[in-house]
Amino acid sequence: MSFDAVAQQPKLLYLLQGVAAFAAVVSLVLLALHRGPVRRRAAALILLAPALALLTIGLLLPGLRTLALSFTDNGGDAWVGLDNYVWMFTDHRALVALRNTVAWVVLVPLTSTAVGLLYAAAVARSRFRTFALSLVLTPMAISFVGAGVVWKFVYAYRPAEAGQVGLLNQLVVAIGGEPRQWLVDPPWNVLFLVVAMVWTQTGFAAVLLAGAIRAVPAELTEAARLDGASPGQVLRRITVPSIRPTLLVVLLAQAVATFKAFDIVKTMTGGQFDTGVLAHEMYDQAFRYGETGRGAALAVLLFLLVTPFVAHQVRARRRTG
Amino acid sequence: MNGVRERLASRAGTSTAVVIAVLWTTPTLGLLLSSFRPEEEIKTTGWWTVLGTPNLTLDNYGEVLSGGGNGSGRLAEHFVNSVVITVPSVLFPLVLAFFAAYALAWIDFKGRDALVVGVFALQVVPLQMALVPLLRLFSQGWLFLPAWHLTGPARFGQIWFAHTAFALPFAVFLLHNFLAALPRDLIEAARVDGASHGTLLLRIVLPLARPALAGFAVIQFIWVWNDLLVALTLSGGTAETAPMTVRLASLAGTYGNEWQRLTAGAFVAALGPLLVLFLLRRHFARGLLAGSVKG
Repeated sequence: MSFDAVAQQPKLLYLLQGVAAFAAVVSLVLLALHRGPVRRRAAALILLAPALALLTIGLLLPGLRTLALSFTDNGGDAWVGLDNYVWMFTDHRALVALRNTVAWVVLVPLTSTAVGLLYAAAVARSRFRTFALSLVLTPMAISFVGAGVVWKFVYAYRPAEAGQVGLLNQLVVAIGGEPRQWLVDPPWNVLFLVVAMVWTQTGFAAVLLAGAIRAVPAELTEAARLDGASPGQVLRRITVPSIRPTLLVVLLAQAVATFKAFDIVKTMTGGQFDTGVLAHEMYDQAFRYGETGRGAALAVLLFLLVTPFVAHQVRARRRTG
Repeated sequence: MNGVRERLASRAGTSTAVVIAVLWTTPTLGLLLSSFRPEEEIKTTGWWTVLGTPNLTLDNYGEVLSGGGNGSGRLAEHFVNSVVITVPSVLFPLVLAFFAAYALAWIDFKGRDALVVGVFALQVVPLQMALVPLLRLFSQGWLFLPAWHLTGPARFGQIWFAHTAFALPFAVFLLHNFLAALPRDLIEAARVDGASHGTLLLRIVLPLARPALAGFAVIQFIWVWNDLLVALTLSGGTAETAPMTVRLASLAGTYGNEWQRLTAGAFVAALGPLLVLFLLRRHFARGLLAGSVKG
């Protein structure tokens, strides 16, 4: 099977049709807006209608429907009360996913923000800032799936007598240890997945924090330096307090992203060996096992857990914006 | 004394940065080097040995792009799918959110504040929450909405729909924050001169909003191109409509010896975002910063 360019034409044609249809909708909106003196209410309605329709059909109603589904059985027909929620807090797999999610949400934002802060503080005023930030931002471009592949390769295992192809086991062998299957033994394997997630998120934190650090007046840190403060003290006493709002936004955004992430687990272990997280377990239940009700209950839990973080983030952003 | 201390201080900072940069780059570098090594060598020796005995080839890329015997590569086809999915999924929410954000920021009408809060609040809904009902809507119809019964390339339509709907709350939030901060005098003056909302939107606000729009476009591009969840659930998973992430994830899932395909595949899949990120890095940072800090 080789690549057949002709076979791709229907897709590109469909793309053209889709964009053309959208352009027609946009033209209609603009036309309606231009025709005569439109009243304020009408103008607002014309501009808002497409977005509100999409939000209602694509997000609001489905969300409510999922809430209802979480009280039904796997076919979505019979009412089962709180059964799915009871399952969630009694089933081994679901509980493990819950435990892992808590570990992820504590470890990933804190670690990636801390490392991102150290890095940002070190490079924010350097000549190589752009290059340095690009280096840590690259994992984000590689995607969660790509990151999963990268780290599976780092953790790759070969028996002791064979040559190691994974970097981590090579290091272990080099200092005289036995190669290990890092992703197989719970609960430590969860930490090895967390490392991969932290790796993808640090660049995001570093870029935002470097921007904030550059907005801190240089005289402030210079003065502290002249007064004999060590770089660690300057970071703790001057930089961190000055950029606290950004730091908070970054932490919250990372937490929200971590709650919803499932790609790394999917790519690296498929949730085996007790490595599942809520978002991944939800996918498995709803789409692999056809347990719609359980999947919906997990989605509702995810929603409940994310809510305070998002609410806080929206408020924090508006305050600083 | 101070000079010495300062030099030490900056050296501590520099070495921290170098250590982090090396730790963050090495895994990628290893995979990249491996992707150019012959299959046999990837599977038997570590990539670091390449530094001693370079033996490089483009075979893995050829295989992963146009497919080996059992159709296990064919990433070129999935690359086209990724492009077809991503272009509208960036364009649609960008334009619709811009319209909505303009209306919410600059047109006074009753119930506006409630609507602003409502749209922002929808950011809370994780897309996991919407997937099962959406799938049902597309296949069977739901409430007053008819089924779509999409097959073939028309399946792209439902992916565009999902990505657009999911992106809207954040896009409206981001653009609204930006637009609401534009100088009031400017808008008022144009209104007094008799500019309609259409003119105002296109001639005055659109040019000013360009940084925010570019920022969102970059973020959304990376997000959609790299998405796995929506693609897995709504694309049907076939070579006809599934993007590269789906293909790559299934390669990674087949236990064992696919390293030659995975290594090359990971970099083909990253091509789009890497290009966008390096060309538009400034917009990316600005987009992220819009509404969080003034930068």
